[in-house]
Amino acid sequence: MPKVKETEILIVGGGPAGLSAASAAANLGASVLVLERDGKPGGQLIKQTHKFFGSKKQYAGDRGYQIGDLLIEQCRNNPNLEVWTDTTVLGIYEDGVVTAEGQGKHLKITPKKIIVATGASEKMIAFPNNDLPGIYGAGAVQTLMNVHGIVPGKRVLMIGAGNIGLIVSYQLMQAGVEIAAIIEAAPTIGGYLVHASKIRRAGVPILTSHTITEAYGDEGVEGAIICKLDESWQPVLGSEQDLKVDVVCLAVGLSPLTELCFQADCQMKYVPELSGHVPVRSEYLETTRPGLYVAGDVSGVEEASSAMVEGRLAGISAACSLGYGEDIAPKLQAEALAELSELRAGPAGQKTLRGIINLMDKGGVVC
Amino acid sequence: MRITEHPILEFQRGEEISFFFNGQELKGFEGETIAAALHAAGVRVLGHSHVMHRPRGLFCAIGNCSSCLMDVDGEPNIRICVEKLKPGMRVETQQGKGCLR
Amino acid sequence: MLNKTGIPTAEDVKKVSPSEDRLKKGPVAIIECFQEIPCNPCTEACKQGAIQPMEDINNLPKLDFDKCNGCGVCLSRCPGLAIFIVDASYSDTEAVVRIPYEYLPVPQVSDKVVGLGRAGEELGVFEVIKVQSGGQKNKTYTLWLVVPNDLAMDLRSIRLGGVRHAN
Repeated sequence: MPKVKETEILIVGGGPAGLSAASAAANLGASVLVLERDGKPGGQLIKQTHKFFGSKKQYAGDRGYQIGDLLIEQCRNNPNLEVWTDTTVLGIYEDGVVTAEGQGKHLKITPKKIIVATGASEKMIAFPNNDLPGIYGAGAVQTLMNVHGIVPGKRVLMIGAGNIGLIVSYQLMQAGVEIAAIIEAAPTIGGYLVHASKIRRAGVPILTSHTITEAYGDEGVEGAIICKLDESWQPVLGSEQDLKVDVVCLAVGLSPLTELCFQADCQMKYVPELSGHVPVRSEYLETTRPGLYVAGDVSGVEEASSAMVEGRLAGISAACSLGYGEDIAPKLQAEALAELSELRAGPAGQKTLRGIINLMDKGGVVC
Repeated sequence: MRITEHPILEFQRGEEISFFFNGQELKGFEGETIAAALHAAGVRVLGHSHVMHRPRGLFCAIGNCSSCLMDVDGEPNIRICVEKLKPGMRVETQQGKGCLR
Repeated sequence: MLNKTGIPTAEDVKKVSPSEDRLKKGPVAIIECFQEIPCNPCTEACKQGAIQPMEDINNLPKLDFDKCNGCGVCLSRCPGLAIFIVDASYSDTEAVVRIPYEYLPVPQVSDKVVGLGRAGEELGVFEVIKVQSGGQKNKTYTLWLVVPNDLAMDLRSIRLGGVRHAN
């Protein structure tokens, strides 16, 4: 391998956004390199057993892992495109050099454009004994169960009734694990109600306005105490319940994985509706550092369907800025933007839309 | 516990191999992570915190959280949730912070 | 209430239920989709033109009960597993309810299973008269269950069972 790897477009992260960006850019003729820290590309898609929502354009009706396989296949068949797995990007330097660690080597890459599609990381919540073995992030349960085929335990308390909490509960049930309850501190279920209904009708209680007050056990989780919350989110005295569970699964939200954006000196802004600090970017997903684009959860936590469309948009925009597909790029960009508006048009997308308006607003505190 | 049958997924496991956990011989499958093999063998406590000596288990499973650092073939601070299992590997509970050789 | 518990209320269900007359005529889809989310595979699944195309992908599905022949293609395509087929013409006293199913073990024809309502409450023991695989790609099974007429609009799931773990 040469000392410095040259590529036209470097994509950081091989999840739904990164892979979609890669094939979109490569299809227009750009040379593309995708760096993925895991041993297999596909990101969280490969752990999803449920059928996706959206429309045909976002592969609705196919299961997440099937969509993952499809995106991987599209990338594999493209001669302009390389995917390096087991490779972690370390830094983006002022002179445009990107460094990475892979196969035990320190790698240097000089791309003309960069698309950061690093995704998000899971949030944690504070309660006594939240460090006991048997307490997992929902992503860990998915990895263990749907990648390695190993169940985390016998009986689970799920914290969080957003889409991830609901989906992972369903996946646990499919793997033969009992769900003692799904609890949610908010007064209403945050995830799609069809997910909630299919779990509820199988006999799993979904308790809104409930929280965990502690987990207990010596060398691992043996149980957890939950309680009701009143309208001001305060514990209701005497409402405690002791659940005998050996697993507590946390599905309490995601934060955009923006370290590289901060480090690359992109202008950042805290936008609660997008789940944390996100880079300020144009409609075509270019950040304030020219030539650096973002796509997927790193630009605001959303569904995988929109991550794929954002990826496509960033890929087309980056390729077009290098002079590829200038004739058709505007049409493709308009199509992607229309799909994003469509996906976000309903009540479920309002939060994201508010977040994006907030983000694009020139005023306010930025860092 | 390993899933033997699943309504949606099929698991392609590698060859069954032996490895050692604190001197005890265990079985796992080539290609899976060390953490997965230990989990399947029922090992949940992977280490202890430095100050309070509280038990630590698998938490993120993607190499983010450093809850699963262990000593593997004499090298400390290996993130066993992303390190692949190999035949004959010696996996030990790590004492302290480990030394760089 | 649905958004607090996951259980559709009687009012919710009423909004998506056909008339008694239509139910008696034969199989018909019950689309228990009550929240506007970006999703439209049911509209493309329907070859009868009974589920109308959506102007906005976030719209709730609209079903023309008279055009619906209860074929069940939408049932196996709905990502939310929110569509059921009810055939109240099965006999004078019994109806057949078709439900989507993605757990193991998959019941066999003539098995007796515990039927559950929308809250997971037990409704009794019912016979499975047909089982259809969704195929290699789709993978969602459809189960045909015979229930007393008065439970046709209540039964929506079955009790999960069976342990299938090695070591």
